[in-house]
Amino acid sequence: MQINGAQMVIEALTLEGVDTVFGYPGGAIMNVYDEIYKQKDFKHILTRHEQAAIHAAEGYSRASGKVGVAMITSGPGFTNAVTGLADAYMDSIPLVVISGQVPMSLIGTDAFQEIDAVGISRSCTKHNYLVTNAADLPRVLKEAFHIASTGRPGPVHVDIPKDVTAEIAEFDYSVELELETYKPHVKGNPRQIKKAMEAISKAKRPLFYLGGGIINANAAYEVRDLVRRTGIPAVETFMARGVLSYDDELLIGMLGMHGSYASNMAMSETDLVIGLGVRFDDRVTGKLSEFAKNAGVIHVDIDPASISKLVNATYPIVGDVKNVVNEMLELTGQVKPENYKSWRETVVNFANLHPLTYHEDSERIKPQWVVERVGKLLGDDANISTDVGQHQMWTGQFYPFTRPRQFMSSGGLGTMGYGFPAAMGVKAASPEKTSINFTGDGSILMNCQELMTAVEKKLPVINIILNNNFLGMVRQWQTLFYDKRHSETDLSVQPDFVKLAEAFGGIGYRVNTKEEFDAALKDAVKKDVVAFIEVIVHRMENVMPMVPAGGSLFNMMLLEKKGDK
Amino acid sequence: MSDNNERRVVSVIVVNEASVLSRITDLFSGRGYNITSLTVAPIPESKYSRLTIVTSGSVRVIEQITKQLHKLIPVLRVYEHEDLVEKEMAMVKFPASENIADISTLCAAYNGKIVNVGENVIIVMVADEPKRIENFLKIIKRYSPKEIVRSGAVALER
Repeated sequence: MQINGAQMVIEALTLEGVDTVFGYPGGAIMNVYDEIYKQKDFKHILTRHEQAAIHAAEGYSRASGKVGVAMITSGPGFTNAVTGLADAYMDSIPLVVISGQVPMSLIGTDAFQEIDAVGISRSCTKHNYLVTNAADLPRVLKEAFHIASTGRPGPVHVDIPKDVTAEIAEFDYSVELELETYKPHVKGNPRQIKKAMEAISKAKRPLFYLGGGIINANAAYEVRDLVRRTGIPAVETFMARGVLSYDDELLIGMLGMHGSYASNMAMSETDLVIGLGVRFDDRVTGKLSEFAKNAGVIHVDIDPASISKLVNATYPIVGDVKNVVNEMLELTGQVKPENYKSWRETVVNFANLHPLTYHEDSERIKPQWVVERVGKLLGDDANISTDVGQHQMWTGQFYPFTRPRQFMSSGGLGTMGYGFPAAMGVKAASPEKTSINFTGDGSILMNCQELMTAVEKKLPVINIILNNNFLGMVRQWQTLFYDKRHSETDLSVQPDFVKLAEAFGGIGYRVNTKEEFDAALKDAVKKDVVAFIEVIVHRMENVMPMVPAGGSLFNMMLLEKKGDK
Repeated sequence: MSDNNERRVVSVIVVNEASVLSRITDLFSGRGYNITSLTVAPIPESKYSRLTIVTSGSVRVIEQITKQLHKLIPVLRVYEHEDLVEKEMAMVKFPASENIADISTLCAAYNGKIVNVGENVIIVMVADEPKRIENFLKIIKRYSPKEIVRSGAVALER
């Protein structure tokens, strides 16, 4: 059929099964927005900032497992979106982001709202396109969805000049994709898998190291099976929270800079690391030369470039983690769980020696309590997003996650301002669950304009602001490593968060006591409107334990015993 | 693992399309890899181009370079050469007042010749292994070269 470029975009999104698009219109993308006005196949959610549109699409994608879609205009519309693209790239979130561009005849002339968008997005997307002919659009859009969602997922950016959205050409979406140069390796080498399983059966202190790739691959339930059948203890990365349920006996906890003592000690003592969908991030490994020093390494990942990038793999297995784990499950017969009994006891001893905990305070609510309390009151009924900082780590440490895709956070890029819009996307994807965003008094101000979107589109996200009047994580580092010089981190001057929420038509609560918190949370869940629950927490609380940057995992700063000071 | 920087030649076959060269060079600059030289030209009667990149780095870095290159969507193949034939070309401009016979003899020894003789300058070309090109450029210094241009290496696996 002969249609224009803008109509092609709508057709392609519809054929891809897209039901929600996040975006913000502007000059160069107007032809597409004119077609959005005319259609009924998908819903468009107008955010109040382009960065928020991308984060919302990320949250939507992470919660639903589908490709997130966002639409923006040229120039500043695009540059505002760059942080979101980079965030999705670091955390391997599949997105298709469509931007308008000035007409072909004006490209390169420094036209109004012109910027070299593909030049900028090249280094923060999995792939990108500048579409110069409407005739190319069906193929490009089809490739974009394919590339975003296969292999190691990631954002794909499609830049479309305004005249191309007006140009009429043939639209045929049944075209076969010819991607001779893009063939992700999904099936793991059977011989390597066999060798890896033999190594597991011979190991004395093996340890599962579970990563976010498991969630991307929808392999959490297969991994749960593998862990259970082998009886091998497991640690999770921050991005893998929810792969195992919090109450799984074999889950030691989260590892890394703010991981538990037991997890980090287990990683230091293991003789065989079984890495599934992980990338040995510096926040996980600490000092590389001391990381799992005496261990062999099985590394399963879809991205060959992740394997032996930082830590040499003894058993490299390139493949989709779901495929590989299914193969491994076939070979668990030789693995004897009883062989690891004393190793499991060692791990339990580590946990008993320095359990993950915090000290209550009689005057002020401790932030960790808030996270635990939400876990107790809502648990599995909530999807949890976070912003970036101390609250983020406390959420990773203390929330009782029960399932994959329950937790969305900006792990790789560490983007303050991610949480609220992401939680809106999560709510759009799974309206039956309560969408919570744990945030801080620093982070929430980066994208608080999204209160308007949440009110208008009825996305009742509950933002729990752990307010310590500080840019807390930076303050913590200043306290510990900069001799308490709290340079520009004191956020004592603040808006009235209750009135701020109310000004947009949301609801606000200020909470000083535990009783007030319970009442506020219960009320917010009932009210079904976007909420700010501002919790006044202890100002100087630190995230503990902690591996100082560049330190060894076994050399942790631990929570002070009560009474120490 | 030794972290000694080793000179390596990597050939990359890519789809010949807009901005593909930027994808490659952005990858090198973004990840802090070196490019000593880079040549690129279309492969006849195909939709692909061939790049020859001379780079250096530790074994781990070179492995990352080939893997990261391969990850780029338009990249079809990456060869990290072990046993190869490598050639580079250089052109040099001399004042016509220099000893043309000497220069001509030297060029012949480096698989080259005089390609242009003008009123004021002569231009020569040589084509040889990069190491020998370097030698040649060292030796001809005494003839006061006015301008030197090197093509960068191209290579084929034996």
